[in-house]
Amino acid sequence: MTSLLTYTFKNLPSTSKWALRFCVRPLSSSSQLQAAAASQTKSKKTLAKPNIRNIVVVDGVRIPFLLSGTSYKDLMPHDLARAALLGLLHQTSVPKDVVDYIVFGTVIQEVKTSNVAREAALGAGFSDKTPAHTVTMACISSNQAMTTAVGLIASGQCDVVVAGGVELMSDVPIRHSRKMRKMMLDLNKAKTLAQRLSVISKFRLNFLSPELPAVSEFSTSETMGHSADRLAAAFAISREEQDEYALRSHSLAKRAQDEGLLSDIVPFKVPGRDTVTQDNGIRPSSLDQMAKLKPAFIKPYGTVTAANSSFLTDGASAVLIMAEEKALAMGYKPKAYLRDFMYVSQDPKDQLLLGPTYATPKVLEKAGLTMNDIDAFEFHEAFSGQILANLKAMDSDWFAQNYMGRKAKVGSPPLEKFNNWGGSLSLGHPFGATGCRLVMAAANRLRKEGGQYGLVAACAAGGQVGHRSLIGASRKLFS
Amino acid sequence: MNDSEMMLEETAVYLEETAATDAVIREPNSYICRSFTRSSVLLTRTHLNYGVKGDVAVIRINSPNSKVNTLSQELHSEFMEVMNEVWSSSQIRSAVLISTKPGCFIAGADLNMLNACTTSQEVTQISQEAQKTFEKLEKSTKPVVAAINGSCLGGGLELAISCQYRIATKDKKTVLGSPEVLLGILPGAGATQRLPKMVGIPAAFDIMLTGRGIRADRAKKMGLVDQLVEPLGPGVKPSEERTIEYLEEVAITFAKGLADKKITPKRDKGLVEKLTSYALSIPFVRQQIYKKVEEKVRKQTKGLYPAPLKIIDVVKTGIEQGSNAGYLSESQRFGELAMTKESKALMGLYRGQTQCKKNKFGAPQKEVKQLAVLGAGLMGAGIAQVSVDKGLQTILKDTTLPALGRGQQQVFKGLNDKVKKKTLTSFERDTMFSNLIGQLDYRGFEKADMVIEAVFEDLNLKHRVLKEVEAVIPDHCVFASNTSALPIGEIATVSKRPEKVIGMHYFSPVDKMQLLEIITTEKTSKDTTASAVDVGLRQGKVIIVVKDGPGFYTTRCLAPMMSEVIRILQEGVGPKKLDSLTTSFGFPVGAATLVDEVGVDVAKHVAENLSKDFGERFAGGSLEMLRQMISKGFLGRKSGKGFYIYQEGVKNKNLNSDMDSILASLKMPSQPDVSSDEDIQYRLVTRFVNEAVLCLQEGVLATPTEGDIGAVFGLGFPPCLGGPFHFVDLYGAQKIVDRLRKYEAAYGKQFTPCQLLVDHANNPNKKFYQ
Repeated sequence: MTSLLTYTFKNLPSTSKWALRFCVRPLSSSSQLQAAAASQTKSKKTLAKPNIRNIVVVDGVRIPFLLSGTSYKDLMPHDLARAALLGLLHQTSVPKDVVDYIVFGTVIQEVKTSNVAREAALGAGFSDKTPAHTVTMACISSNQAMTTAVGLIASGQCDVVVAGGVELMSDVPIRHSRKMRKMMLDLNKAKTLAQRLSVISKFRLNFLSPELPAVSEFSTSETMGHSADRLAAAFAISREEQDEYALRSHSLAKRAQDEGLLSDIVPFKVPGRDTVTQDNGIRPSSLDQMAKLKPAFIKPYGTVTAANSSFLTDGASAVLIMAEEKALAMGYKPKAYLRDFMYVSQDPKDQLLLGPTYATPKVLEKAGLTMNDIDAFEFHEAFSGQILANLKAMDSDWFAQNYMGRKAKVGSPPLEKFNNWGGSLSLGHPFGATGCRLVMAAANRLRKEGGQYGLVAACAAGGQVGHRSLIGASRKLFS
Repeated sequence: MNDSEMMLEETAVYLEETAATDAVIREPNSYICRSFTRSSVLLTRTHLNYGVKGDVAVIRINSPNSKVNTLSQELHSEFMEVMNEVWSSSQIRSAVLISTKPGCFIAGADLNMLNACTTSQEVTQISQEAQKTFEKLEKSTKPVVAAINGSCLGGGLELAISCQYRIATKDKKTVLGSPEVLLGILPGAGATQRLPKMVGIPAAFDIMLTGRGIRADRAKKMGLVDQLVEPLGPGVKPSEERTIEYLEEVAITFAKGLADKKITPKRDKGLVEKLTSYALSIPFVRQQIYKKVEEKVRKQTKGLYPAPLKIIDVVKTGIEQGSNAGYLSESQRFGELAMTKESKALMGLYRGQTQCKKNKFGAPQKEVKQLAVLGAGLMGAGIAQVSVDKGLQTILKDTTLPALGRGQQQVFKGLNDKVKKKTLTSFERDTMFSNLIGQLDYRGFEKADMVIEAVFEDLNLKHRVLKEVEAVIPDHCVFASNTSALPIGEIATVSKRPEKVIGMHYFSPVDKMQLLEIITTEKTSKDTTASAVDVGLRQGKVIIVVKDGPGFYTTRCLAPMMSEVIRILQEGVGPKKLDSLTTSFGFPVGAATLVDEVGVDVAKHVAENLSKDFGERFAGGSLEMLRQMISKGFLGRKSGKGFYIYQEGVKNKNLNSDMDSILASLKMPSQPDVSSDEDIQYRLVTRFVNEAVLCLQEGVLATPTEGDIGAVFGLGFPPCLGGPFHFVDLYGAQKIVDRLRKYEAAYGKQFTPCQLLVDHANNPNKKFYQ
C-alpha cells in the first residue's frame, strides 16, 4: 500500500558565485535560453521529453526547523506557512500576481485552517484571485504538493505554481470525545429547556476524556517507531549501526550549518520572540552517550531510541515551480529541473518504511539512469533503522527477487553522495514540510558539488512513499 | 450457556488452534538447522540439536518428519541428555530452548505414547518421569530461557513453565494453553503445581479447566510469559525464519542477563494482583475458591466429565499439603483419568476431528475464488460470513432489499462482535466486509466458481433457482444446495449438469457450529466433491462427506429421536423435565428447547418428509402436536413462542402455558416399565444410535469417524460419549441391543435394532474403532 514518487530534477546552475546569491537574475533571458539549449546536447544525457514542458524549480526556502515546543509553540500552522511564503517572495522577488496556483502539504490539520494553503496565501498578501489547496499524504505531503504543481504545469493549466508544506507539532487538535461531541451537537439542536435538560442528563463523566490525534497507523494500530524497530530487526540492524548513522546525520548537519550550506533557510521573526535564524535540533553527541538511552518503543530490548529517530518538529517550506520557458522569459536562473517522479505503496504493516527501496529502481528505469548516474541522494531519514534497512534491502538480491519482482538488486546508494548536509534525523522533520527541504537540499548540493542528477526519496505512513529523482545539468556548461 | 455446549465450544477452540497449526505447516518448510557462528559443541540428534554461543547454550527442537513437535519419550530423553551436558559444562552459564519448526514450539505430549498404555500405572509412571525432569529443570542453577514461537500446549507449556524465563512471539499462531481437560485428562507434568504459583489460583484454574488457548499478549499480562517479541516482516530472508532467529537473539541476551543477574525473573505485580495473592494466603479464602470453582464445574459438567474435578482436587492437594503430595496426586489422577471411558471418547473425537479437517478428495482442479450465496436468510448470511472472513469474495443475493439488508447486517454484526471481543480490529472487519457484495440480480454470476443456495426448503423453489442459476453461471461452476432434508438427487433432476450438483448442509448458527455435512449423489463428480470440501475447509469447517438419501446422515439420526421426544411429551413428561433429562445425559441443548430452536415448522416439514420415506421406523410421537403448534403460531424461538416463551432481554425462559391444552388433547398413557428417567434418556439415545449405525450399514456414512463427528459437532451428541459409534464401543453393543429390544417390546418396530448393531452385539470383539 505504498506509493512512491520520483522526480527527475535538473540543475540549471550558473557560476558558483551566483549559487550562493539569491535573487540575482541574468539580464538577458534569451541568451540563457540558448545556452541552456546548447548545453543540453553536451551533458551526459538529457531527460527532457518530447511534447512535455520542462519544469523547473526557480528557488525554494524554509523557515528554520525547530524542535516542537520551542520558539514556534504559540503560533498556528498558517503562521509558519505564511512565513515560508513571505520568505519565498523575498528570495525570488516573484510578482505575486504571476503566481497561478498555490498548493501546500500538511499532515495533522488544524481544524480552524483546514485549507492552510489558502489562509497562509491570503495572509502573505497573495492575490485573493489565486486559488490554493492543501494536500495530505503523511510524510510526503509536500512531495505531493510539488508533484501536483508539476502536473498543473505539464498539463498546461498553469505556468507558475508555489508548492510548500507546513507542520506544527507544538499544538495538535485534541478533541472532545465522540460522546461529548454528540451531546454538544444535540444540545445545540434542543429548543426548549426541557429538551436541553434531557440532553444534559445523559452526561457522564467519561465524556470528558479527550481524543488525541492518532499516533499509530489506522490500519494496523502500530506506531511508526514500533514499526521502525521491527524493520531494523528484520534486516538485522544493530543498535550500534543505528546510533552511528544518527551521529553521522547530526555531524554532517552541524558541518553544513557551520559552513553556511543550509542556504534555503530564511530567518523568521517570531512575534514576541527573537528572530529565529537556524535549525535547533542539530546536536552531535557521542556514541557513548547515545548508547545510554533506553529503547523508546520496544522495551526493554528494542534498538530504536530517541537519539536515532527523527524528532517532533515545527516548520514550513515553499518552492517556486515554473514552466522553463516562463522562468527564462522572466529572467530567472532556475536551480533545477523537476523530472520523473513516482509513487509506490506496499503493505503498511511490515513494509511501511520501505518505499524508497521500491521506488528507486522504478524511477531510475523510467528516467533511463542507473545508480551511478546520480550525484546527490537526498533520502528522508525517519529513523536510522529505516534508512539502514532501505540500504540493505536495495543491496539484497533476495529481497529484489522475492518482494520486488526483479531479477537482481539495484544496489544501495554510496554513502559519500548520501544526505551530505544532514537529514531529517538532525535537521528535523515537520511532516508536511520535509519534501520541499529534500528537493532544495538536492538542488543546492548539485550546484555546490557540481553534480548533474539528484534523487530524492521518502517514506510515509500508510505505506506510501514519496520518491523523486532530481536531475541537474552540470555547471560547467554554463560557464 | 449449557455446559456440554461449553465443553464442545472449548474443544472447538482448541481444535481450531491445531488446525491453524496444520495450515501453517502445509507451507513448505524452509527451516533447516542453521549453522552456528560460534558453536563449540555440535552434536547431531534426532529431535534436538544444540550449540553454544558465547556462554549460552542454544537448544533447538525440530522433530523430523512431523508437522509439529510433540513431547515424546525420545525427545524427552534427548532433552535430558543435552541438559546434563549443559549442567556439566563449565563454559556454559545459561541456556535458550527454542523450536525451529515454524508455528510450533511443542504442541503437547505424544498422544500415541498415552494410548499405548494399558494400565493407569504405566501412565502414572510416564507422568512421574516427566515431573522429575521438569523439576530438575526448574531447579537449574543455570538459567534456561524458553523462546516460544507457535503453539505451546499441554506438555509444551509444562516444559516452558519449568524454565526460568519465557519469551514469546506476539504472533497469532503463538498460543499457550493446557488443553488436557478437553481430552479428559489433566496436565500430568507439573502444571497443576506450577501454574497456581505462577499466575495465581483463579487464573490457573481458568487455564486448566477451560483448556482455552491463550494468546501471547494475554499470557504476558497474566505472567505466564515474561517478554514478548513482535513477529518481523521480510528482511533479507523470509519473515518467519528471521522472526525465529530474532527470537533466539533476544532470548540469548536475556539468558546472559539472567546469568549475570542483571535481569531478575521476578515480575512486578500490580496492586490488584498483590491484593489477590494476599487474600489467597488466607486458608479460608482458598477454601471458598475451591468450593466456588467446584460448584461451577459440577453445574457445567453435570458430573459427566471427571477430569475437571480431578484437576481441582490435585491443585488443592498441592497447595494445602505441599508439592510432594501434589506431584504424587497429579501423576496418580493422571493415570486414572487416562483410563476412563470419557477420556477415550474425547481423544477419539480429537483424532476424528483432525481427520475431518483434511481433504481426502485431493485439491480441486480449480480453486474457488468467487463464491455466490443465494438467499440472505439466517443460513445464507451465515455462510457468507464464514466465507468473507477467510478472504473469499462472496456475492450474497436475495430477492428483496429488506431481506438482503437483514442478511448484510447479520454478517456485519458477526464481524463486529469479534471487534468487540478484540479478536479483530475494526480495520480488519472493514476489509473483510468489503469481500461481500449484496445484490438482487444475477450480475457477476458469470464469474462465480461456486454457488451455494440457501433458499427456503421447497423443492419447486430449489428447482426454479437451480434453473435460473444454471442459465448464468460458467460451465465449471459448482452448484451446492444447503438443505437439511431435501434429497440432493431430487434437486439435481432439473440440472443440465448433475455432476456439478452437491449438497452442503451447514448448521445454525453457521459461524458457531463447526460441522459441514457434504452430500454427494451418484452423479456428483469427484472434483465437485473436492471443491466443496476445499471451500468448507477454508471456511473453517469440520467436514463429513455422506451419500445422498432422505435426511442424509445428521437429519436422519435426529428425526427418530425427535419423534420420541414428541412421544415422551405426549406421555406427560413436561418440557422442562425432558430438557433436564437430556442435558444431564450430556446433550448441550435440551430436547424440547432444541425443537424451539430448530423451528416447529421446520421440524414438522422434515418429520413429514422422512416418515414418508422411512415409515414405521420413524413412528412414535404424533405429528399432530407440531401441526397444532403451527396453527397457533407457536413456531419456536423465531415466533417468540414454542414450548417456551421467548422475550427479548429475558434470560429465564418460562413455559408457554398455552401448550397445556395441546399436550392434554394428545395425551397418551405412559408405560411405567419403560418410563423411568433412565429409560426416557435411553429411549432417545438408542433410537439416535440405532439410526446412526444403520446409516453406516447402508453406506450413507463411509466411516464411523464421520458418524461420530457429525453427531457431536452437528447435533450435540454428548461429547463425553464420543459420538454414537464410540458410545457403542465403550458402552457395549449388547447392552444397547438389550435396551432396544425392551423398548421394541413396549412400542414396536421403531426400536428394532439394525443388523450391524446386532452383529456387534453378537461378537464382542467387533468394534467400530479397533
